[in-house]
Amino acid sequence: MNEASARDGRSLLEVNDLVKHFPVKRGILIDREVDQVRAVDGVSFEVGRGETLGLVGESGSGKSTACRAVLQLIKPTSGSVEFEGREIAGLGRRQMRPLRRQMQMIFQDPYASLNPRKRVGQIVGDPLKRQGVASGSDLRRQVQELLERVGLSSEHFYRYPHEFSGGQRQRIGIARALSLKPKLVICDEPVSALDVSIQAQIVNLLDDLQDEFGLAYLFVAHDIGIVRHISDRIAVMNEGKIVEQGTADQVCEQPRDDYTKKLLAAVPIADPRESRERRQTRG
Amino acid sequence: MSAPLLSVQGLRVGFATEEGVLQAVDGVSFDLRPGEVVAIVGESGSGKSVTAQTIIGLTRANNARIEGSVKLGGKELTSAADAEMQRLRGERIAMVFQDPMTSFNPVYRLGDQIVEAIRAHRPDTSKRSARERVVELFEAVGIPAAERRVDDYPHEFSGGMRQRAMIAMALALEPEVLIADEPTTALDVTIQAQILSLLEQLNRERNLATILITHDLGVVAEVADRVLVMYAGKVVEEGTLDEIFYDPQHPYTWGLLGSLTRLDLPRPHRLPQIAGSPPSLLDLPQGCPFRPRCPHEFSKCPQYPGLEAGLPDSPNHRDRCWLTPEEKREKRMVEGQIGLEAPRQVGPA
Repeated sequence: MNEASARDGRSLLEVNDLVKHFPVKRGILIDREVDQVRAVDGVSFEVGRGETLGLVGESGSGKSTACRAVLQLIKPTSGSVEFEGREIAGLGRRQMRPLRRQMQMIFQDPYASLNPRKRVGQIVGDPLKRQGVASGSDLRRQVQELLERVGLSSEHFYRYPHEFSGGQRQRIGIARALSLKPKLVICDEPVSALDVSIQAQIVNLLDDLQDEFGLAYLFVAHDIGIVRHISDRIAVMNEGKIVEQGTADQVCEQPRDDYTKKLLAAVPIADPRESRERRQTRG
Repeated sequence: MSAPLLSVQGLRVGFATEEGVLQAVDGVSFDLRPGEVVAIVGESGSGKSVTAQTIIGLTRANNARIEGSVKLGGKELTSAADAEMQRLRGERIAMVFQDPMTSFNPVYRLGDQIVEAIRAHRPDTSKRSARERVVELFEAVGIPAAERRVDDYPHEFSGGMRQRAMIAMALALEPEVLIADEPTTALDVTIQAQILSLLEQLNRERNLATILITHDLGVVAEVADRVLVMYAGKVVEEGTLDEIFYDPQHPYTWGLLGSLTRLDLPRPHRLPQIAGSPPSLLDLPQGCPFRPRCPHEFSKCPQYPGLEAGLPDSPNHRDRCWLTPEEKREKRMVEGQIGLEAPRQVGPA
């Protein structure tokens, strides 16, 4: 946690006992609820100002659902989500709108998350326009500055998404998320669709932007190596619950929970001698 | 050392496109022996998947031009008739694809799909005995309750189980060569570990020769015997697993190794990165295609070096870089680790 959060003594985001159950329905004419999928089942965590909390887990662990419930993109079943001390769980679209300026999201798939029929300038400038922050030439100037800041060029303003590679598209997604100068950015698997040599570029860019804009990240990924690199603290999710939470090094080096241990043991070690040794000790 | 089972020599694959010929694979050569795992490592567009697909005859199209030779036990595959290729596929050489979700037909039971594959090749096999064979295969790849689950539809299987079913299908006719194209990329790490150990077990027990296509050097370190690193259609470095990891000669390999996140090492302040992005195959730079991203570029690089062994003690460790072995040894060390030095100018991805 950085100084700012220590000063006001309060987290930026505080999630308490968040629950999201999806009903399982059966029946032809009358849908009966026969069961529930407990996608998120009582999750609590905090994100401090300027801090990165990594959320790891396998597919189906509930990490993406938790993110969407935090942003009120889906309505949580129960529990509390406080942003800057204000309860936002259950707020409607209209009430959320001014708050969206403070919390933005970067998506996994840089191909699906950009409208192919809009120019990059429109994509990145749209949040500014909708929130009434800027318009006209001021808007263009701000968008071009952002494009340059994320490693693109101001000339890319008039181009379409299909003209860009995966890594460049993810930079466009980052520029869009940052356009409103949010305090919290939720990154849902932001590098898993990218080539290895590009992943490091994006992770380093996110690191730099965090320092520059004082961003807090909720960084969701299944790649523990990347999560450990970028996170101050890590929460491990399994079957809708957080099974372990601690500093990044603590969780990776001295895991306490059995599931965390299992997860770490499964990560391949990119070192032939080490992995031979590990295979031998495993039998 | 036994004779090679599969021998790929000077393989080139080009596709005619509206913007010109796209040379996806540009001179790939390697041998594969029984029981051996050769990993082909590279990023999207490096030509690794096209190499694999060409070996098994899946790139034969009107706009494709295939040159060079692929020999399976002395039999030339590039010029084999389509019907002949169809027979060899499955019988002697089989493939496992990345995406277990889309590789089965969703409206047929898994068992029936594999029975069909078996009976297509062995028409005199009865349905009953083919089905028994599928149950055996499911058991061999570790699908629990195999007897019951052969009658499941693909959607009733989890991703990991579906990948096992695909491996079972690939093994149905006891091929000698298995090509696995990113077999674990779509899977969770705990499932990935299971599939990798399954592949390893098959290698050991059935002496199966495997070509593993992947972008993940962690996976490579776990299973491969030899490694080819591909970039822009060419092999830029090849060697044994240990040579590639502990004595890498090509700057691109350094970059790949450097950008790995290692859980067993203290985390670096900054993740070493490779600047820029892979070049378009339709617009390759002159000479070494890695040149625009390489911090060690110098006057010789506008000419592309051949794939040559630079180290007298390891004649099979070859690479395409003009730097001398001494220069390489020095330049590849970045803060005590193998990596690619920070770029001279940062280009966008």
